[in-house]
Amino acid sequence: MSQKVTVGPAGYMPKSAPSMGVELAPEGQALLYGNCVSEEEAMRDAARAMLTRDNPTIFPGPQVLWDWKEDVAQKAEAILELASEIPNCKIIPMPDYRPKYPKIDVKAEINPNHPNLTILDNKIKACIFVGVHCHYANLSLRMIRGGTDCYTIALCAYMGHEEAMASIRDLHAEDIRKLRDIVIEEREKLGIKWTAKMPPQNPSLPKEEFETLNAADYGEFRSLLMPRRGEQVAEVE
Amino acid sequence: MSPNTRPKLEKRLVDAKYLLQEAPREKHFITGAQAMAEAVKRASVDMAIAYPITPQSEVMHLVGDIYAQGHIKEYYRAEEELGTMSAIAGASRAGVRLFTATSGPGLLRGLEAIAAWPGHRVPAVLGVLTRVVNAPLSIQPDNVEMAYLMHCGAVMLHAENQQDTFDMTLAAFAIAEKVDVYIPVAVATEGFFVTHAKGYVDMTAEDLALEEFDPVAAPVPAMDNETPPARIQRDAPVQKSNFMSYLIHAVWQQEIWDSNSRAMKYIYEYLGGPIEVVNPDADVFVIASGCAAAQGREAQRYAEEEGLSVGLIKVRAIRPFPTKEICDATKNAKAIIVPEHNAIGWLCKEVKAAIPNGGIVTEGPRVFGGMTLPVELIMVEIYDALGIEHNIKL
Repeated sequence: MSQKVTVGPAGYMPKSAPSMGVELAPEGQALLYGNCVSEEEAMRDAARAMLTRDNPTIFPGPQVLWDWKEDVAQKAEAILELASEIPNCKIIPMPDYRPKYPKIDVKAEINPNHPNLTILDNKIKACIFVGVHCHYANLSLRMIRGGTDCYTIALCAYMGHEEAMASIRDLHAEDIRKLRDIVIEEREKLGIKWTAKMPPQNPSLPKEEFETLNAADYGEFRSLLMPRRGEQVAEVE
Repeated sequence: MSPNTRPKLEKRLVDAKYLLQEAPREKHFITGAQAMAEAVKRASVDMAIAYPITPQSEVMHLVGDIYAQGHIKEYYRAEEELGTMSAIAGASRAGVRLFTATSGPGLLRGLEAIAAWPGHRVPAVLGVLTRVVNAPLSIQPDNVEMAYLMHCGAVMLHAENQQDTFDMTLAAFAIAEKVDVYIPVAVATEGFFVTHAKGYVDMTAEDLALEEFDPVAAPVPAMDNETPPARIQRDAPVQKSNFMSYLIHAVWQQEIWDSNSRAMKYIYEYLGGPIEVVNPDADVFVIASGCAAAQGREAQRYAEEEGLSVGLIKVRAIRPFPTKEICDATKNAKAIIVPEHNAIGWLCKEVKAAIPNGGIVTEGPRVFGGMTLPVELIMVEIYDALGIEHNIKL
C-alpha cells in the first residue's frame, strides 16, 4: 500500500492532503498514511509511533478541556488513562485558537497558528490531537507535516483528518480506551517496561491553590473562565 | 411586525436525505423566485437578511412573507449589500442557519464580505439571481457576476429551471453545514428567465422541514456565551510580517478549497452528481449550465430528431468544478460547444482547462446584456462542428 501522507518535513509550501487525492474515511474506517484502513490497523500503527518515537505528546483541545457537554468528562478521563500508559508522555494543551504574541510559552501550550514552535522546541516526534475543532486541527496538522518530522495522530469526534498520519473518526471515550488497550498490547510486544503513571505537571503553570484561586491568577486566559452550568460565581474580576 | 404576532408553526423535522429524495411531492406551477422561497420555507432557517435589488427582490419579498407566516425566526432589511453580507457573517458566529440573496451589482458590492465567508467558516446559503453588471445601467439577465464569485471559495450550484432552484436551495443548506464542508453554498439561476417565469416544480409538503441547525457539529466554535469552549476568539488577525503569519494564511486558504472539494460527495448524495449527461456516446457535446443548459437540452433534442450524434452535459456544480466527471464524459468527444449567458465565457474557460484536448472546444455561442439564447444559435455550431451545411440565418 503506497503511503500518500507521510511524516514530514514535506517542505516549504506542501500540497494539502485532499489536493493529493486523500479522502476522509467512511464511517467505521480510519485513515493511515492517507489510505482507508480498519480502525484497529490505524490504532496499532499510531500506538507504535507513540511508543517508539521521541517525546510523545498529547495535545488536548478546547472540546475536551472544558466540561461543556455530556460526554466530555468521560473522554478527558480516558485521555488521561491513555497518557498514563505511554512511557514519558506529556500533555500540552491547545486551550484556544488565538495567535500568541509576542511569544508563545512552548512548554505550556500549543497553538494552531504556529504549532511547529511547540513541536520543534520540545523535540516532539509523535503526537495526538484530540478535542481540537476540525478547522484548527487541519491547519495545525498540515503545518506540522510541512515543517517537522513529527508523526501525527488525529482523534476526531466527527469525520477525521486527511493530514494526519493516522486518523480515527467518530471518537467516543470507549474508542480512546480501545487505543489505550492497544498501546498496552503493543508496548508488551515491544518489550517496553512501564508502570502506568500520570504525565508530569505542566511546568510553566503555577501550582493551583484552589482555596485562594481567583480570576486574575489565570492571566491572559481569564476571559476563558466560565462557571459550570448552574454554578453561582460570587466573586468576579 | 412584532415577533409575538407571528404564528407558531408545528412542523415535522426530517433529515435532508428524506426531505430531498423520499418525501412525497406535489406538483405546483410557480416562478423561480417562488421556488427559492418555498425551499427556504422548508429549511428551518433561523435568520434571513434582505437588501433589495432587481431581480432578486422578488425572492426576498417572498422570504419576508414566510417570516411573517412564522417559518423563519428573524428577518430584517440591512443597510446595503456589504452590510447584509457582513451581518450574515456576524450572525453565523452565533451558530444559526442563514439565508440571503442578491443580484449582479449587489453581489459585487457584497463581495468583500462574501469572499471572507469561507475563511470565517460561514455555512450560509446565498441565492444569486443573475443580472447584468453595470455599466451601462441595466437590470437584464446575464450571468457574468458568477465569474467573480467563482474564486471566493464558496460552493456554487447553477440551476437550470424552477425545479432545480427548489432542489438546489434545499440541498445547499445540508451541504453547507456538513462538518467537513462548512462553507457557504451559492445557488445561482438566471434572473427573469427563471426567477420571473413559471415552471412546474414538485415540492414536498409545507409541514415537513429540515432538522434544526446544530451549532455544535461544526469545525469551529460557535459564539455561545453559555458554553465554555465557545468563548474563544476565532479568526484572529495574522497580519504580522513573519513567516508564521504567512504560513497560517496559506494553510487556511488551502483548507477552504479542501472544504470546497469535500462538498462533491454531498453533491452526489443530494443532487445526483455535479453533471447530467444526455446521450453519453455522442460525437458532439453541448456543455452548459443554468438557463443555457435548458436551451442546450432543446438543441440536443432537435439534433437527435435529425439523427445527429449530439449529447448534452449539464453542469450543476460550478464549484467544486467537476473536472474528472467532464473529462470522463467527453473522452471520446470530437467537438464540444459551450453556450453561455455572458461575454467572457467563464464556463468555456473551465471546460478547456479541465480536458486534455481543449482545441475541440468551440467558444460559444454567447449572448449577454439581457439577450435570449435562441436554440438556432447552438444548432449553427452543431452543424459547423459536424460539417453540415445549413440555411439558418439569425
